[in-house]
Amino acid sequence: MSEPARNPGVRLTETQDDAKDRSRPRTEKLDDARTAKMSAEGLWAFYGESPALRGIDLPIADKQVTAVIGPSGSGKSTFIRSLNRMHEVVPDARVTGRVLLDGQDIYHPEVDPVLVRRRVGMVFQRPNPFPTLSIRDNVLAGKKLDGEDVPRADELVERTLRQVALWDEVKDVLERAGTSLSVGQQQRLCIARALALEPEVLLMDEPCSALDPIATVRVEELLHELRERYAIVVVTHNMQQAARVANLTAFFYMGELVEYDRTDVVFMRPKERRTEDYITGRFG
Amino acid sequence: MRDRFFRRRLVDRTVRGACLLAMLLALVPLVSVLWFVTLRGIGGLSWSFFSELPRPVGETGGGMANALLGTLELVGLACLFGIPAGVLAGIHLSTFGHSRFGRFVRFAADVMSGVPSIAVGLFVYAVVVTTSRSFSGFAGAIALAILMLPTVARTTEELLKLVPEALREAALGLGVPKWRTTLFVVLRTAAPGVVTGIMLAVARASGETAPLLFTAFNNRFWSTDPSEPMASLPVTIYAYAVSPYEDWHRQAWAAALVLVALVLVLNVLARFVVRRRWGLG
Repeated sequence: MSEPARNPGVRLTETQDDAKDRSRPRTEKLDDARTAKMSAEGLWAFYGESPALRGIDLPIADKQVTAVIGPSGSGKSTFIRSLNRMHEVVPDARVTGRVLLDGQDIYHPEVDPVLVRRRVGMVFQRPNPFPTLSIRDNVLAGKKLDGEDVPRADELVERTLRQVALWDEVKDVLERAGTSLSVGQQQRLCIARALALEPEVLLMDEPCSALDPIATVRVEELLHELRERYAIVVVTHNMQQAARVANLTAFFYMGELVEYDRTDVVFMRPKERRTEDYITGRFG
Repeated sequence: MRDRFFRRRLVDRTVRGACLLAMLLALVPLVSVLWFVTLRGIGGLSWSFFSELPRPVGETGGGMANALLGTLELVGLACLFGIPAGVLAGIHLSTFGHSRFGRFVRFAADVMSGVPSIAVGLFVYAVVVTTSRSFSGFAGAIALAILMLPTVARTTEELLKLVPEALREAALGLGVPKWRTTLFVVLRTAAPGVVTGIMLAVARASGETAPLLFTAFNNRFWSTDPSEPMASLPVTIYAYAVSPYEDWHRQAWAAALVLVALVLVLNVLARFVVRRRWGLG
């Protein structure tokens, strides 16, 4: 598939070595600035006065799956919601620090959060297709709701639904309501909806926690395919899942980043005591 | 063991019976009103009722074509003023309602929905009729719009709040601007309920007499110009019902039946439109 022409206005900046990066072999080296698609720098997030994140520094590698693990209330969801400016949607929520996307701070006062969210897509914990829209229109929702004309819409719908392995199941019922599907299908529809916007980063907030084991397997398989093309961040409660899908793992605890490394390192030889305790099930 | 089982079944049946009884009791006035209005009104209905103007006092026959048209026009104008303002106010309340101003608006709307309609009529009389020195359809429509406003605003607010936060976030997460999200996702999802709320307000407004008595007043002739006094079904019913003429009583019943049917048709129509345009009802 050819790279779609991007509206230059949609990009925050143009990186010259986009193409070069793509052709390079995948490295799993850490802190390599050239492979970091995004990075959080001194990121604090608050709900009212209480901080949910306390100074996070974390790069998000391009074309890798980064898992964010940690017990409830550790700030995992808040963290990924800060990566596409969804955190501020909650009343009284705010963020300090920087989050760089291709080197540009998405919290710069002149950056429009709408444009950030177009480049950094999000999939939520519970499938949330639009009940008033058909399956087809759910896929196109990002563009249509924004009043955009969608040239060759059928093609886009088919391509995107194939990408999430949903096409064969729904191709004959495209005009049915998005909510008429099973929960697992709905979640894949929601992933398709995010992918249809051709994002560069995909954030997934416990995408399988509402799904049964079979649907979970399908989404995990999907992640394996998607990571060829996107920087993916998956929040998960499920450590086996993290081990299965992610090359990189970040462990959050009480709003702090405790450990970040290759997944096998985090699970086999964690440097931090707290990581080990959590992974071995001593708390959490 | 057996004992408890019987007791449980007894309680269950008693409560179920009581609920049924209460429902039947509640239906009695409703059904009897409909029954009565139909029974008394159906005889007065005729082609001339819908097509002719009222005859001069003393003559039998004639119709209420002007009042029918007047009611449609008054309610239509009231919708034009009241619905956009009410829906927008409801959106404001559901989006920014936790501010001081929002709480004040909500409180004002609650108080307003309790204001007797005759007081609204007086207010419009004082503000519009006395300054323009004339009863007018406009004044009547404004009075009806004021009556509709709080209901529309508060139902819109409540129904928008029922739309799951997840849907709003889904749209925002797709990079849809906030105003489009509110309009095309939140309001659209809540549309069937909002329309029902609006219909209730319209139904209430179309049956109101008090606020029209000294705003739109009445007119025994064709009155399509909203800057002039305008006939309406409720006011005509009122005028005819208190008259000494048997023929006018008959026509008042017929007008009441038409009014009820009008509200019913509006309701069904609105539901139909919502279902057609927005898929799921």
